Amino acid sequence: MTMSFTEFMQHLANGISLGSLYALIAIGYTMVYGILRLINFAHGDIFMLGAYLTYYAIVFTSIPWYIAFILAAVITGIIGFLLERIAYRPLRDAQRITVLISAIGASFFLQNFATVVFGGRPKAFPIPQLLNKIVNLGGVSINIVTFIIPAITIGLLIGLNYIINKTKTGMAMRALSKDYDTARLMGIDVNRIISITFFIGSFLAAVGGIMWGIKYPQLMPLMGSMPGVKCFIAAVIGGIGNIGGAVLGGFILGLGEILLVALLPGLTGYRDAFAFILLIIILLAKPTGLLGEKVTEKV
Amino acid sequence: MYRKLGVLMLVLVLVSTMLTGCGGSKETGGGDSDVIKIGVFEPMTGSSAAGGQMTVEGIELANEIKPEVLGKKVELVIVDNKSDKVEAANAVSSLIDKDNVVAIIGSYGSSLSMAAGDIVKEKKVPAVGCSPTNPLVTLNNDYYFRVCFIDPFQGTVMANYAVKELGAKTAAIIQDVTQDYSVGLSKYFMDAFKELTGNENAIVATASYNTGDQDFTAQLTNVSSANPDVIFAPGNYGESALLIKQARDQGINIPILGGDTWESPEFLSIGGDAVEGAVFSTHFTAEAPVTEVSEEFLAKYKEKYGKEANAFAALGYDAYMVILDAIERAGSADSVAIRDALSETKDFVGATGYITLDENGDAVKSAVIKKVENGEFVFLTVVEP
Repeated sequence: MTMSFTEFMQHLANGISLGSLYALIAIGYTMVYGILRLINFAHGDIFMLGAYLTYYAIVFTSIPWYIAFILAAVITGIIGFLLERIAYRPLRDAQRITVLISAIGASFFLQNFATVVFGGRPKAFPIPQLLNKIVNLGGVSINIVTFIIPAITIGLLIGLNYIINKTKTGMAMRALSKDYDTARLMGIDVNRIISITFFIGSFLAAVGGIMWGIKYPQLMPLMGSMPGVKCFIAAVIGGIGNIGGAVLGGFILGLGEILLVALLPGLTGYRDAFAFILLIIILLAKPTGLLGEKVTEKV
Repeated sequence: MYRKLGVLMLVLVLVSTMLTGCGGSKETGGGDSDVIKIGVFEPMTGSSAAGGQMTVEGIELANEIKPEVLGKKVELVIVDNKSDKVEAANAVSSLIDKDNVVAIIGSYGSSLSMAAGDIVKEKKVPAVGCSPTNPLVTLNNDYYFRVCFIDPFQGTVMANYAVKELGAKTAAIIQDVTQDYSVGLSKYFMDAFKELTGNENAIVATASYNTGDQDFTAQLTNVSSANPDVIFAPGNYGESALLIKQARDQGINIPILGGDTWESPEFLSIGGDAVEGAVFSTHFTAEAPVTEVSEEFLAKYKEKYGKEANAFAALGYDAYMVILDAIERAGSADSVAIRDALSETKDFVGATGYITLDENGDAVKSAVIKKVENGEFVFLTVVEP
């Protein structure tokens, strides 16, 4: 199949757009893992809650959209904090597998809670007019949100790196990720640091949910499960625990998916399988991920 | 010691409640009671939730208007099939085995209905579909009926519209390969389109996706490079609305056509400005009531729900009424007798038109074409079979 230059550029734009969205959600996933060595399976559902809260804040109150965005992200952050208090903290000294099961339970709970409270029928995300413009660049037509998402992803990446590497809280986070018990003995308030980690992780999930809503304005109670799994894969590809790696993994996954459909239309049905195959290949060839550091312990 | 005793007591309490629970359900589930149970399996959650919920609204209204048959109360047992084929099969099995229903209504979505086909056939409990339009739902199944038209007709109607009204000479297809509805309807559209244009190569591109996909940009870029005059993309309202939005974002401005599943408020709200001008075929319109029952249905629906009824609610209403009519004519609530009476349904006056079930158990009815204009579904025309 021959492909014109414009067509290729359109595919590339589509892929970068999807990839940056995956990257955005993967950042929060990988951060929580990096610090706590916990795969937060409820991350995708927190992402869903973020999108729904934004919907309710915009549709049922008169506050401007940008304030609704921030408010929803902060409330989602608080929900993440509560999730950790209720589902993970009581299991702090339990085996790792117990916490993992608790995370899966929390995920199911949030999905069913959302189905009961928000209803099974989808809701249309109210896209602010300002963010719903189409621009044409040399024959390639792109929605403006395609530029906003990578910008936000990169902005959050820089912000997060600053917090982790330059602040006192960040130093505590890094200490915690290296050695939990020693960190506690050094006088680090472990509970506080873990709460902050969950707040930030969930805040990031909410930002991802909002951006997802703008790009795909259909909100459903189970909308978080597939993106959750895909972004987990993106995080593993990049090297779980590594924030830059999550961004790289997100882009690889997004571009890969789009190019699979673009170049091999016959394999479109295997689009989701593509992500899993990629995961298997990475785990076989380079278990630590592309940018991951050596891990000495196994989950 | 006390602790052990406590555990023992707890176990005893649990066992006794389980036993009484079973006993209770046996009593109400028996055939001799004065309640006739009709099972409903519709998608109340998942990707087809809106369709299922609208259908159930129509069924519940019908049950309110006509709550009794043969001097017995009719009880609806509604189960959510979660828009999932496995859940649909389980839902129907449980309706028959656990709830002892005498007949079944459902389901929105051809694949979901087909998942139940073998079960109703084997257990000899008749099912009446409200809106599953794929011909395979009722084919070779004496126990499956439907109150709507089928896709060979619907596909032809839309191909006709594309060729005669829009002057299209070429078309592209974007189908949901996990839905029998979408694949079947696309096939009938393609057949009719090729015949009408007299051009074997009139379908210039075909692309596919899966239910639940959110991103269709790659498929759209591929399809648009073939420069079709029109895109036919039947699928769930949610996926379709996103697909059309992404098409318009990419500057693809040719007409996009679809089928009856598009008629849901979510299609309009999710698609927003992008779905303006989208055209699709459906079963019924409030603008052109066909029978005296339509008028009554529309008025009562508005009274109960405070909004205008659409095709799915009307079909749900009709499916219930057709079953009650069959029970009356059979003079019995025996499943096989109901099936026999259903197969003889002739000129039944329903909300969506006159219903006569043919040898396959399908209704032959006219189709309605609607278009999105200013954020609303606007009635264009009626097409007779």
